[in-house]
Amino acid sequence: MLKEPAPKLPLEQLEKNFADINPPLTAAQALEEGSRCLFCHDAPCIKACPTGIDVPHFIRQIITGNLRGSARTILEANILGQSCARVCPTSVLCEGACVLNAEGKKPVEIGRLQRYAVDPVIARGTQLFKPGTPNGYRVALIGAGPASLSCAAELRKRGYQTVIFDSNPQPGGLNTYGIAAYKMRARDVAMEVEMVRSLGVEIRSGVTIGKAVSVAELERDYDATFIGVGLGETEDLRIPGEDLAGCRDALSFIEETKSKSFDQVQVAKRVAVIGAGNTAIDVVTAARRLGAEEVYMVYRRSPEEMSAFDYEYELAKKDTVAFVWQAQPVRVVDGSGDRAGHVQALECVRTQRGPKDTRGRSSFVPVPGTEFRLDVGMVVKALGQKRKLEFLQAIPNLELANGCIVVDPQTMQTRNPRYFAGGDCVNGGGEVVDAVAHGKKAALGIHHVLESVAGRKAATTSQV
Amino acid sequence: MPDLTINFCGVRSPNPFWLASGPPTNSAYQIMRAFDAGWGGAVWKTIGEPIINTASRYGSIDLKNERMMGLNNIELISDRPVEDNLREIAEVKKRFPQHTVIASLMVESKRATWHDIVRRAEDAGADLLELNFGCPHGMSERGMGAAVGQVPEYATMITGWVKEVSRTPLIVKLTPNVTDIAHMAAAAKAGGADAVSLVNTFNSIVSIDIDTYAPRPSVAGLGSHGGYCGPAVKPIALHMVSSVAKHADIPISGIGGIGNWRDAVEFMLLGSTSVQVCTAAMHYGFRIVRDMIDGLENYLDEKGFSSAMELVGKSVPRIEDWGNLDLNYKIIARIDAQKCIGCNLCYIACEDGAHQCIRVEERPQGDLRHGGLPKHVPHILEDECVGCNLCALVCPVPDCISMVEINKDHQPMSWKQLQEARGKNPQCSNEELLHGKAAGRST
Repeated sequence: MLKEPAPKLPLEQLEKNFADINPPLTAAQALEEGSRCLFCHDAPCIKACPTGIDVPHFIRQIITGNLRGSARTILEANILGQSCARVCPTSVLCEGACVLNAEGKKPVEIGRLQRYAVDPVIARGTQLFKPGTPNGYRVALIGAGPASLSCAAELRKRGYQTVIFDSNPQPGGLNTYGIAAYKMRARDVAMEVEMVRSLGVEIRSGVTIGKAVSVAELERDYDATFIGVGLGETEDLRIPGEDLAGCRDALSFIEETKSKSFDQVQVAKRVAVIGAGNTAIDVVTAARRLGAEEVYMVYRRSPEEMSAFDYEYELAKKDTVAFVWQAQPVRVVDGSGDRAGHVQALECVRTQRGPKDTRGRSSFVPVPGTEFRLDVGMVVKALGQKRKLEFLQAIPNLELANGCIVVDPQTMQTRNPRYFAGGDCVNGGGEVVDAVAHGKKAALGIHHVLESVAGRKAATTSQV
Repeated sequence: MPDLTINFCGVRSPNPFWLASGPPTNSAYQIMRAFDAGWGGAVWKTIGEPIINTASRYGSIDLKNERMMGLNNIELISDRPVEDNLREIAEVKKRFPQHTVIASLMVESKRATWHDIVRRAEDAGADLLELNFGCPHGMSERGMGAAVGQVPEYATMITGWVKEVSRTPLIVKLTPNVTDIAHMAAAAKAGGADAVSLVNTFNSIVSIDIDTYAPRPSVAGLGSHGGYCGPAVKPIALHMVSSVAKHADIPISGIGGIGNWRDAVEFMLLGSTSVQVCTAAMHYGFRIVRDMIDGLENYLDEKGFSSAMELVGKSVPRIEDWGNLDLNYKIIARIDAQKCIGCNLCYIACEDGAHQCIRVEERPQGDLRHGGLPKHVPHILEDECVGCNLCALVCPVPDCISMVEINKDHQPMSWKQLQEARGKNPQCSNEELLHGKAAGRST
């Protein structure tokens, strides 16, 4: 329980605060927006999409009234096209590459058009794809996030039997638990997962590999395994007071906003969020929208080094968040009296630019004597996620670099040839669309490997 | 300020912008609103024995999100009593004596009937008469409209009947649904017409509802061919106007897809003294004339014309037979690399639709995030380029692709001249003849 909670907003207001940030286009809007597409040849938007969606083609299909075809074009390239339409950083991907930018015009709103095409198909449960003829192979997938869902769907289309194991109660991974509610709701993700499931993908939720099912069992029962476990918990602050009540991690906070009714989520009147990545933005905006009156975003470096996308930063500005640049937390201050054991304040020290590191990035060093306090009742850590080292080390012969799985970038095959991997556990934390691209690539990699085994088998048989 | 007034067959009109006969000119109420808005004249919705119309009556085609690029109608002539229309003509003329009121007429093909309607229209005060020999739907099934306009002998005959009694100048409105519209203009002139107006609407089925299989506009699930007009028909109308201007010596009132002053200037340059507008007024209302007047004034001013009449026919001598075009004139495309946005539409248009004269280097597959693409500009294979214009037409960026002349000091030679030269030098190749090398040989 928080000691100084923000005044409770009525649920109606909360729902409004978390309403769709990018509402769906109407038919007339989609036609008008789609008409702006030049239908480029060899279009840069396609190349900028990690999953290579044929954007000009799907937009043309919208304009001609071939919505089903449009959805198929999208989902064929990216089975999670519904999520990606909502959460992709389009301004640095497809829309950033749109040639209209070069003419000083607004790029085509590709993300919203994609949503316009895909939403009805997902909502109606229209079956656009069929599973392939069973080929007898079985593939296990660990983790039910975007990478595994994409990999499994792709494998099903080729006739593989696929089983996804996930330790969470609900499938979807970060799509379900880690995306700001105003971008995507859990029910949207559920419908999308349903589409994947309807291809015949089996999902065993609440099953942890290494506990309920052992790695050895997987190796015994399946021809190949895909690892799409993502990342672990939020990094620790490693400062005193981190364990005080009211000091928590970003992901569990976002998860609460996604899995509970908004009026059941606790937020303090004053909140400090540590970090300046996209997750930190999700937290500060969520805190404001839940009713926190003062929200600080505390970052050790300057705005230049901030990893959050510009449009995310804009969101935080619109939500009137106070940015505390060049401030390093040194201590979470314990309360006194009846607030003992609870967060009372965050103590920080100013930093200044130091020498550049090997990657050319400025270091920031504390300036002694510049300590100051932010009186807050809640501190949220948004420092990035830990690697799932323990789990990954339990799998034989995986090669890790910096805690991430090393794979062949063409096939996503790990050093252990029966394992493939993709998503955040490979790239250390990327976009949903990257995970989808990885999953798709891994499916082709698995297919290639198992097929060549089959080919060898067939060759051996014919020799006999 | 340049003078916008025109003289049309001796009738002075405040400006060349007239409303064409159609739904916007159905009543005195509408025409007075139009004159208040600034229109110089109006051709009354065709007067004749009142008809009964259907619901619905119009259908259109859109281009992406642009509405009504082409409009089709199956509406007939006025459904109001002749005497109401004539009384209202008199009212309009009384309130707007300086404006031009043209009575459009269509009656059954009987001499006495035509005599009667002509007399009554003139008595009502019409400044000009327009014979509707063009309506392509409905009325033509009853032996009127295009049924007359498509047979030169009928057109000459009925025009002659009208001229027997008329005192005001006579315009014959021509249908474009003929093989040679200049021939029809000549037929009208032979009957005594003082002017022609063209084009009436084109025979058309504007679209089919692919869900119900019914044509549009649908009348209880059935449809009939209608008359097609609007921006989509403008180029065809321009050609027909130029053809009449070139081959029939008769004043023209131009019609067909005119929606703004630029369109009007084009029609005037090709020989129209006045222009008539209908679809654009149906789409946006009479207020569009404000910019038509203003735009024309500015244009005339900037070009140094003192009167709109100076435009009339100025481009007619520029329309030539293909055989008189210079085969030695050479232009090629040039792409401005600074302006190019990399859409590659020019490349694919040339590659698939023209002459394979544009190359684009492969784009490197780098990380496209957080920054623009490395710019790869298509370039023209200048030796291959035939100067067709297609790349410049598809390029979405203004002035990015320009067509430049590459042999300014060439000797012109047309196809007709080439034929002559060949007659004199049958042994020479086209190449030799075109470049004047034959001259040396023949001597």
